[in-house]
Amino acid sequence: MNLNARGVHSPGRAHYPVRMSKPPDATRRRLLQYLAAAGATSFLAPSGLIAAPPVPLILRKIPSSGELLPVVGLGSWITFNVGNDRVARDQRANVLGAFLDSGGLLIDSSPMYGSSQEVIGYGLAKLGRRKIFSADKVWISSGARGPAQIEESRRHWGVPKFDLLQVHNLLGWEAHLPMLQEMKRSGRLRYVGVTTSHGRRHDDLEQIMKQQKLDFVQLTYNPVQREVEQRLLPLAVDRGIAVIVNRPFEQGALIEQLQRHPLPAFAREIDCRSWAQLILKFIVSHPAVTVAIPATSVVAHARENMDAARGKLPDAAMRRRIADHIARL
Amino acid sequence: MTEWWTYRPSDFLLFSAETYYRLFELYNRELWPLHLIGLAAGAAILFLAVRARAPWHGRTIAAILALAWLWVGWAFLFQRYSGINWAARWFAAAFALQALILFVTMPVRDDSQPAKRASRRLGLGLFLFALIAQPFVGVLAGRSLQQMETFGMTPDPTCLATIGIVLFLGGRVRILLLTIPLLWCVISGLTLWTLEAQDALLLPVAGALAILFAGFSTSRRPVPSPEGSPGR
Repeated sequence: MNLNARGVHSPGRAHYPVRMSKPPDATRRRLLQYLAAAGATSFLAPSGLIAAPPVPLILRKIPSSGELLPVVGLGSWITFNVGNDRVARDQRANVLGAFLDSGGLLIDSSPMYGSSQEVIGYGLAKLGRRKIFSADKVWISSGARGPAQIEESRRHWGVPKFDLLQVHNLLGWEAHLPMLQEMKRSGRLRYVGVTTSHGRRHDDLEQIMKQQKLDFVQLTYNPVQREVEQRLLPLAVDRGIAVIVNRPFEQGALIEQLQRHPLPAFAREIDCRSWAQLILKFIVSHPAVTVAIPATSVVAHARENMDAARGKLPDAAMRRRIADHIARL
Repeated sequence: MTEWWTYRPSDFLLFSAETYYRLFELYNRELWPLHLIGLAAGAAILFLAVRARAPWHGRTIAAILALAWLWVGWAFLFQRYSGINWAARWFAAAFALQALILFVTMPVRDDSQPAKRASRRLGLGLFLFALIAQPFVGVLAGRSLQQMETFGMTPDPTCLATIGIVLFLGGRVRILLLTIPLLWCVISGLTLWTLEAQDALLLPVAGALAILFAGFSTSRRPVPSPEGSPGR
């Protein structure tokens, strides 16, 4: 890990911090203390080339370990399911490259997403084994067949082991969670989680969050779908569970709807140049949220999304302003 | 699945329209000029259905259709489409089952419920549309000519042509022969609907017409039609 004079990670050639699980050195510790004293809810690391002023990248802690993650990750639903189309695979590899070059780490997929895992694996192999935070899922009703599915997923990704495995949409969670916890205990997995999407099964998720030892939960949250603010996000804070937010753009429908309207002037106050960035900043500025995972098949959008992990975040008043403004449109 | 009533077809969408139609483009590029064999097979079915009377004519129609369903199920659904849609393996199995149904019912003689004139006309129209016009529907909807869908190569025209020929020939087992094609009309329609394709309603409308005519348009009085045809 390279640390610059400010004691924060200095990415060489536009590479960004990957894992910070080791204890911070004195310089870094001082920076963290400074940020804590300043009331910062997020941690900042620089980005950009040496010649350019570093633009801080906003990082969040995984509560169960203290490991830091950039607040914007990469989803793969629909966007990376391109089958054996070589041209499309190369293009998605470019998306992956842009995401990682911009400091992104967490990539999320599932065996449910068609060829997405294979396409991610293709891209990672083409990019030369860059450091990532691999988040995948087990999605099968049979508990006995879970390990075989996970192994197949791992081969598709081409990684030695997954950083995070989640029970997809709580399918067969009673059987899968003990298996995943055993994988974690034996060092074959780093984190365990469960997922929901589209705002479904929140009662079940709440019970599981209360009763099970989880590192991560994944759920849907955005300015027009805020039910999780009531119980699940506060519960995640109470239980020390990291939160991954899926469907930030409602599968693109929210962006499509908002793009008919001009971006409000107040977006500039929090360094947003697009609706996508405004939505992402709204999401990741919630103190319970660890990382949002927008999916894209466009290189420019991957960079634009990652830029939402830089600059100012909205405070509580600005968050209300964003939500109210979008609700009126 | 809990809260199933909250799900929409788009929640099950796994791929983009771009990826879906690229699948056809790559498939067509890889297998051209096999499409011409499909076209020739369609022409042969048309000739046998309209002009012929001998028992083997109907059996030949069924055999050609069965091979078409088997080939589309294997080459397109199983080998290609399953790469982006895990459910396509089940679709391929259904296509194989349809081929089996065509083979099994092939020797059945059934003159008890021949098609009425309206059903025959609709059936002939659907078959001709599937064979000649449907490949260009995608172009009219704004897609590339390279992404065209043709009889004997891709599911939708093969399905529509089969519906057409079954309506044209009538017969007691037509409902059995139409079951899987009608299911495919629903599946394909939902897929294209979620992809916001302009031609999404084509197969569902054809399927609805088929149900209407297959259910109410048979005659008790035998009319001249080829013996030994599918479902006869």
